[in-house]
Amino acid sequence: MLEPIKVIEGKAAPFRVENVDTDQIIPAEFLKIIDKKGLGRYCFYRWRYSEDGRLREDFILNNPKYRDATILVASRNFGIGSSRENAVWALQDLGIRCIIAPSFGDIFYVNSIKNMLLCIKLPEEKVRMLQEEAEKDILILRIDLEENSIRFRDRVIYFELDEAIRERFLKGLDEVELSLAYEEKIRRYEEGMKSFLLPKPRRFIHD
Amino acid sequence: MIFKDFIRLRLAGKSVFDKIWESHIIYEKEDGEALIYVDRHLTHEVTSPMAFEGLREKNRKVRRPDLTFAVMDHNVPTSDRLKPIIDETSAKQIAALEKNSKEFSITLFDLYSPYQGIVHVIGPELGLTIPGITLVCGDSHTSTHGALGALAFGIGTSEVEHVFATQTLWLKKPKKMLIKLEGKLDEVVTAKDAVLWIIRNIGVGGGIGYILEYDGRVVREMDVEARMTLCNMAIEAGARTAIISPDEKVFNYVKGRPYAPAEEEWDEALRSWKELVSDPDAQYHKTITFSLDKLEPQVSWGTNPSMTVGISEEVPDPDDYDDPKEREVVERALRYMGLKPRMKMTDVKIDVVFIGSCTNGRLSDIIDAARVLKGRKISHNVRALIVPGSQLVKRMAERMGLHRIFIDAGFEWKNSGCSMCIAMNEDKLRPGERCASTSNRNFENRQGPGGRTHLVSPIMAAAAAVYGRFVDIRELDLPTREEVVEYARTH
Ligand code: SF4
Repeated sequence: MLEPIKVIEGKAAPFRVENVDTDQIIPAEFLKIIDKKGLGRYCFYRWRYSEDGRLREDFILNNPKYRDATILVASRNFGIGSSRENAVWALQDLGIRCIIAPSFGDIFYVNSIKNMLLCIKLPEEKVRMLQEEAEKDILILRIDLEENSIRFRDRVIYFELDEAIRERFLKGLDEVELSLAYEEKIRRYEEGMKSFLLPKPRRFIHD
Repeated sequence: MIFKDFIRLRLAGKSVFDKIWESHIIYEKEDGEALIYVDRHLTHEVTSPMAFEGLREKNRKVRRPDLTFAVMDHNVPTSDRLKPIIDETSAKQIAALEKNSKEFSITLFDLYSPYQGIVHVIGPELGLTIPGITLVCGDSHTSTHGALGALAFGIGTSEVEHVFATQTLWLKKPKKMLIKLEGKLDEVVTAKDAVLWIIRNIGVGGGIGYILEYDGRVVREMDVEARMTLCNMAIEAGARTAIISPDEKVFNYVKGRPYAPAEEEWDEALRSWKELVSDPDAQYHKTITFSLDKLEPQVSWGTNPSMTVGISEEVPDPDDYDDPKEREVVERALRYMGLKPRMKMTDVKIDVVFIGSCTNGRLSDIIDAARVLKGRKISHNVRALIVPGSQLVKRMAERMGLHRIFIDAGFEWKNSGCSMCIAMNEDKLRPGERCASTSNRNFENRQGPGGRTHLVSPIMAAAAAVYGRFVDIRELDLPTREEVVEYARTH
């Protein structure tokens, strides 16, 4: 069972790279690990570390100012590419709880929601404004899912979120459990399936 | 008003996507999210272990092991398979799939199976993928299967677990984008060039929220394998998947395959598949038409697939961009790729050639590459490997004698798997190496840390291997596919 989330409050880091693909979030060589925990070490691996294993100063999350950020204010098309859910686990293990961006890769977005990593879509101008605010000075955001708001420095931005997604966060539901409630409908659907839809191994080529 | 809407809806035609979607709804919520039944679930060693673990934790079973198929592809060695796998973590993942398949009674095509191969190559090849079905796999290039008129989605590991347990998937109905490819392709210009052109035009985010449907003369003239290449890379435009209305070519392709319907079931299947064409008045949220008469062979120059130019063009110059953000993106990509602004694409020298992957690892791709390699040798500066998309593709090519063309030219002829497309096994680029690759992603470090990837078609890749740089294949004198097949048979 996942813990319900009503409010996320934390420091925002401006993450101004467009089209961040999930290969960058977690390189394929770390996909061999059969464990969700501990992937944070490898998150943005090639951007965070130089070849000799030292922290790269030019990477935003290495900046002492943003190291403890829990919210990324990212740019367009965040999380495109590979379907690897490890990207979400790695970000979460790094401490990230919410990503704000103008758009997200479709599969990444779904993967995030399933793991209760909140992805908020905001218009480009608003994202840019938040990035600038976070660059100017330490920016603490308070994201409230009961009123779909982002509050900071006496200001507020409202965002849109699918009702079903909001409910999942507020209640922390186990999706498989929920879907199993449709078991009867699924069973009836299966009874009506044409037999040609069922794969039966017949003759193998070169057998 | 309501009545008028009702009439309009009743009269509006349906696309092939609408038809499959509607026939698979178990339950639909008011907000449009639907619980969709899954007819085929393909799974592989990398994205499945945690999903199986999730089942075990909650004491759940795989609901339909008969609709679920597993294969090892991402992590597998492409060299001698009788030797133990050196990489311990890879070996673990492979062992886990073996154990899980047994425990949950799933058919597994393991390392030693003659039908092992890249999941998106073996699905269609074995007749697991057929028109009109819903198919999912924990892999973004599942869009490939749309070429046969299946509704196919790449999913994450949580969703894999959900499908295991329920044989269904919650999906929000995507918007529909029709992409019409008109005109006629040059004889050496392929589906790969067409799809790179599309991505170059609509951008890596252009398809987000959409399912792409391809149609038009170019698509109709393409064989089914070429259509797979076209659908394969839809995800690189951000689209969750792609689909093509199935036609006679698809039915012929499917017929007789091991898992395909046969006898009376075949007739029944065929009758239902013939209904699966998009109606002429089907509604789309967006329609784009490309005329491909003058399309050149395409080469990517940057670090995502939209950063692509034609072979006669130059690498872009950051100074040509007014928007500082765009300029920065181009500068960053050029820096990573080690290219100078305005360099001619034909002056770019390469170190490695990789032919394979779920984009271009099928028999027709191998034949295409052989057209260039017949009677030629690769440049002494180049390391070249060909990794057939499946063991079946490999065996077919060997029976046809095609492998000798590659071996004589200096290529390594390997066992099948994802290989250098994702560099999870021993096939990797070394830092700084530049590769002409028939795969689908030129992201930073994709083919190995510090490696540089240029996406091209198999013909372009083979030519690059011969000349040690990119060349305009339209200038080469190449035999036809038939001629090269005949040559391989008789030599
Ligand atoms: S060949 Fe490459 S893109 Fe295709 S499934 Fe394998 S890793 Fe993914």
